[in-house]
Amino acid sequence: MKKPEIAVIGGGPAGLSAAIAASELGARVTLIDRNSRLGGQLVKQTHMFFGSEKQYASIRGIDIAAILEETMNNYDVEVMLDATVLGYYQEDGVITIEQNDKYIKLKPQRTIVATGASEKVLAFPNNDLPGIYGAGAVQTLMNQYGVIPGNDVLMVGAGNIGLIVSYQLRQAGVNVKAIIDAAPRIGGYLVHASKVRRLGIPIYTSTTVKEAVGDQTLEKVVLWKLDESWNPIEGTEWEVDVDVMCISVGLSPLAELLWQAGCEMKYIPELGGHVPLRDELTLETTVKGLYVAGDVAGVEEASSAMVEGRLAGLSAAKSLGYDKDGIYEALKKDCLKQLNDLRSGPVGEKIRQGLKKLAG
Amino acid sequence: MRIQQHPILTFKRGRQVEFTFEGKKMKGYEGEPIAAALHANGIKILRYSPNLHRPRGFYCAIGNCSSCLMTVNGEPNVRVCIEKLKEGMEIIRQKGKGDLSEKA
Repeated sequence: MKKPEIAVIGGGPAGLSAAIAASELGARVTLIDRNSRLGGQLVKQTHMFFGSEKQYASIRGIDIAAILEETMNNYDVEVMLDATVLGYYQEDGVITIEQNDKYIKLKPQRTIVATGASEKVLAFPNNDLPGIYGAGAVQTLMNQYGVIPGNDVLMVGAGNIGLIVSYQLRQAGVNVKAIIDAAPRIGGYLVHASKVRRLGIPIYTSTTVKEAVGDQTLEKVVLWKLDESWNPIEGTEWEVDVDVMCISVGLSPLAELLWQAGCEMKYIPELGGHVPLRDELTLETTVKGLYVAGDVAGVEEASSAMVEGRLAGLSAAKSLGYDKDGIYEALKKDCLKQLNDLRSGPVGEKIRQGLKKLAG
Repeated sequence: MRIQQHPILTFKRGRQVEFTFEGKKMKGYEGEPIAAALHANGIKILRYSPNLHRPRGFYCAIGNCSSCLMTVNGEPNVRVCIEKLKEGMEIIRQKGKGDLSEKA
């Protein structure tokens, strides 16, 4: 059984950054990803990022994935692709992996879980009709594989993903009939909302789905308005003829491995669901030697995922005694400052509240 | 339908291959997810649910949700949103729960 110094599970923005940072300090890293290519969900992000230079602001997500991979290739990281981690055994810290129909065991000295998050669903009658997809799913189909989901789309959710994917649907030549959100206000950044409004896509707030209608696949959606207490108002129903409905109502952490490992978890709605308790300065969980970074630690953005990845990578390497030229402290401080900056202001309020609840 | 022109992206597609869906010949690109190839051929219904036999398509497209399970070359419960298309694949809609013992 191989015993790498550090195993990083997940090769998205957090995992790649973790592998790079740990390698910078001199640790030997094995990076495991279930996909055929690295980058996680960055590979479908055609929009330019915000944040500061260190988080690759003004660069498209697809290009950030390539930059991270190139940077990582400067180091001797062992990369396992098409490799799905199946389990974390808390008795001995062994992780099991399936790769090309083979079963592999690893016993890393430190493990960094950066498995990301998955799209939530919304409850309404007929929500299982083909044609009703996660917004991220449509982004994958369209931006990664060049196939459009249909002709006319209703976007449910006016957060950043809903707004960005609506814009990208139009770039691909698909008609977006409307964006709706149950909240009284648009959740995403104003800059994204303005972009879709300039394209003439209406955004209806305080509106939700009453039901989906269709014989075998989606044909239309019945909407209705919500009052101030989020209760539907009878008599306000109207119909939209669409063959595609995208659900963009948030993500929840893919935390199965953390549960298996026995991490102490807490339900924090602001962070997307159950998230692990962790030392804020190192991102180590309550299981010694097990670190977290990115959406699995709390759903946020790719920018903060990259910084968290760096922090977890540095911490794991440092705990093994790697601290090249004593630079760890300075690098750690820089990560903490970047995270603080990203979470400042009104945009970061939800995350700040979530982290406060988690710590409290 | 496939995107022919895009303001930002160019799509690197594999070689064109033939496969069958419910016995009918179709074309797709090698290496793309089976679900993408089917969608490009206008196929949105991928299986029928076990109890109420309701039609189902994909939902997450990245291998998380198991909404897209189909029978591929006799093997049931294949997540076609991440399984890569290969020449000559025989793909059929799965009805209900897959049974591994039926695989030849």
